[in-house]
Amino acid sequence: MVFVSRDRDLLRARDLADGRYFEPLGVDDLARAAGFSRAHFSREFRRAFGESPHTYLLTRRLERAAALLRNTDRSVARICFDVGLQSVGSFTTSFTRTYGVSPTAYRASFPRAADYAQIPTCLLRANGRPRNRTFREDARPSHP
Amino acid sequence: MIQIGSAQLWVHDQDEALEFWTKNVGMEIRSDVTVPELGNFRWLTVGAPGQPDVAITLMAIPGPPVMDEQTAKEVRALMAKGFAGTIFLVTDDCRASYEELRRRGVEFAEAPEERPYGIDCAFRDPSGNNIRLTEPREITGA
Repeated sequence: MVFVSRDRDLLRARDLADGRYFEPLGVDDLARAAGFSRAHFSREFRRAFGESPHTYLLTRRLERAAALLRNTDRSVARICFDVGLQSVGSFTTSFTRTYGVSPTAYRASFPRAADYAQIPTCLLRANGRPRNRTFREDARPSHP
Repeated sequence: MIQIGSAQLWVHDQDEALEFWTKNVGMEIRSDVTVPELGNFRWLTVGAPGQPDVAITLMAIPGPPVMDEQTAKEVRALMAKGFAGTIFLVTDDCRASYEELRRRGVEFAEAPEERPYGIDCAFRDPSGNNIRLTEPREITGA
């Protein structure tokens, strides 16, 4: 069936957006992966999935950026590039339009990433244990 | 019910490991947090896109007081020799994944070959860890 195989190609393009969003992918790359011309691809993608490929790719990137804002302490600019977007200005604009708050405000509405991260207790204890210090045995040559 | 959360892989350099596991292998960053009050301990995990509940923890080999110098040296030596850890990955198309990862500069120890259980190949991460990539054979019929 022709329609089935075409939708399979469209799914391949959507999988590419889901799997490689952190690369500088654009709609042209998705169209190429599906083997469609650009204009035909956008129309067919919208028919199959109910939104344009551009919107799909952008919202996938914003979803990933939101997760990185919650789960990492990376800077907003770094996260913008981490999810495959090139301009911090348009990232901030798109994010704010979609989530209703800026990336910085979004992050501030969650606990600090270090508290949020599920670092196992064994590691907290192992790395939090101080090195032993003594007053007398530390070398302090300048002291009389 | 017990499930797998994440499994740890020792790495000799977390930045280099992260670059490799994301840019070369195609995983995504799940968690990247540095905690000053834990001596700048960095909790760094990556996972496969579309598999949100399982991750690999990329763990730096710590110094004292967590691990004494001698032990750390031994772990580094074992890692360089490829005996410090293995991850078994699966793919739906081993040959295609092999070509794709090779194009991205991944160093393969074994090219794809047919096995009784499917097709698989093996590569190393920059630390020397052994990573096996398998396309499991579909068991069909009764």
